[in-house]
Amino acid sequence: MVSTSTPTRERVDQSFRAPVGDTIRERFTQFVLLIATCVALVVLVTLLVDIVRDGASGLSLNFLTQYTSRIAANSGIRAGLTGTLSLMFLVALLTFPLGVGAALYLEEFAPRNLWTRLLETNINNLAGVPSIVYGLLGLSVFVYVLGFGRSLITGALTLTLLVLPVVIVASREAFRAVPREIRDGGLALGATPLQVAVRQTLPAAVPSILTGMILSLSRAIGETAPILVAGAVFSRRADNAPWHLSESYTAIPIQIFDFVKRPQEEFQIGVASAAIIVLMALLLVMNSAAIIIRNRYARNR
Amino acid sequence: MNRRTLSRAALPFALVLSLALSACGGDDPAAPGDSTGSSEEALSGDIEIDGSSTVGPLTDAISEEYSAVQPDVTVNLGISGTGGGFERFCAGETDISNASRPIKDEEATLCEEAGVEFTEVRVGTDALSMVVNPATDYVTCLTTEELVSLWGPDGATTWDQVNPDFPSDPVEIFAPGVDSGTYDFFNETILAPSDIEEPRQDYNASEDDNVIAQGIEGTPGAWGYFGFAYFQEAGAALTAVEYDAGEGCVAPSVETAQDGSYGLTRPLFIYLKNESLSRPEVADYATFYLDTVQDVIESVGYIAEPEDALAESQAAVADAVEAAK
Repeated sequence: MVSTSTPTRERVDQSFRAPVGDTIRERFTQFVLLIATCVALVVLVTLLVDIVRDGASGLSLNFLTQYTSRIAANSGIRAGLTGTLSLMFLVALLTFPLGVGAALYLEEFAPRNLWTRLLETNINNLAGVPSIVYGLLGLSVFVYVLGFGRSLITGALTLTLLVLPVVIVASREAFRAVPREIRDGGLALGATPLQVAVRQTLPAAVPSILTGMILSLSRAIGETAPILVAGAVFSRRADNAPWHLSESYTAIPIQIFDFVKRPQEEFQIGVASAAIIVLMALLLVMNSAAIIIRNRYARNR
Repeated sequence: MNRRTLSRAALPFALVLSLALSACGGDDPAAPGDSTGSSEEALSGDIEIDGSSTVGPLTDAISEEYSAVQPDVTVNLGISGTGGGFERFCAGETDISNASRPIKDEEATLCEEAGVEFTEVRVGTDALSMVVNPATDYVTCLTTEELVSLWGPDGATTWDQVNPDFPSDPVEIFAPGVDSGTYDFFNETILAPSDIEEPRQDYNASEDDNVIAQGIEGTPGAWGYFGFAYFQEAGAALTAVEYDAGEGCVAPSVETAQDGSYGLTRPLFIYLKNESLSRPEVADYATFYLDTVQDVIESVGYIAEPEDALAESQAAVADAVEAAK
């Protein structure tokens, strides 16, 4: 997507420089914009510093390998960590085919009519539904109607529903960014529309799709409300694995919630902050993965 | 670029997968501690527990001890509240239900209709504790009557309406919300004797006791109440208020709760599903619960049962286990 336009853009950059604004109005506006950026940055840095200061001392290998305890110093998030990783894996596994499939259909094959437009509007709206609503949906559909109980698969399916609209929208954007010429070229050489979609459009769009997916996954693992409603347990002392679908589960955000609610200050501040650091580290790893994938494919093109 | 690109695209997933696998494979659980458990053999299985958020930490502490003895038995603990717990219990979803009040008649009927027979076991006591902001230190003791004028509908807006001896500072109230068993208990103990059903509505309600504590801490003239565990942790930032049930002012403490002189104590229960007790791990866990509860209950902020009352609870569990065999 970037590849075709890159050479021309570079040439333009060399020959043309935007004039530096130096009227009072220009400068003032730029100053206001700078302040706006700083506010966001200051909030983020304050949050980070505060949490790291409170929680860094509680971080250790033991914190990752031990289950929770009533004694703050012995407390760990092993159950939550394995639960979150299992959820992540299952959500990725479910979201990729469903999200990309839906996007591919809507973007490449769906007829342009009222029905499709209705579908599109609905998907866009679904992306804005509060997460707790998905929790309630998961509780009634997966726990009771389908009888999955309060198990790992219920949590994974609930989170999948939560991120699916976002993944569909992001994937459609990715398909739309694939140049028309690639499709036309394929069709001109006698490929069927399906062959073009699967062998040309999809591979070209994969980097953007993956970026969108990883970003929505990182949203999913930070969610507390939907899985709490859909039956994540508050405490357990066993590991989760992605293939133990019918087991109970817990997750890091649930454990943070538990720690914050306890009466002892060591839990509310120290242990909760340490758990937040672990969750943020996970998010950071995922977001970096998204950036690396994007850069890697942009370069290889 | 098509094939190669796709297989490259699979790389990050392989990475996430291997991460998940290595984390989940994990090392062996902690080595079993000294075997004080009632059973010698290694048991396994899942025990589902839900219910009161007050009893939850106690059950969690017992589960922690139990996992050292029987690492292969997993206790899944939820905290849906006493009412929410009974709903699941009577639908047959859980083996044990935590409760900070006895089961209500309509809940018992639900259980009966669903064919769920149960055994009620008392495991400890909680003392509801009232506190005020340190700037409101003239409030040292409140009688039931004063509490009705404070907590009842159209409650006092200034402290001199509660007691003419108090200054006319404005009243601020921070207390548990309607879903809380603590709220139910307080209404039943304070308001029900005067035939009042609903308390005032113009107070700051929260389901999180830490929020209540912080609210009172930051507001002069503030009064509120919560569980004993939070009271013990609150320290000097809050001032305790004694309760006069008609026989003099009594401060909340382990002693006054145990001898019954403090009027705002409430029982903590676990309800055992009789059918589940036929499973060795559930029977063993229930027995272990009562063998261990005295050792851990103070560390989670509640008050132990007197020895003879505990012996009764132990006998009830033993009978239920025997009957389930």
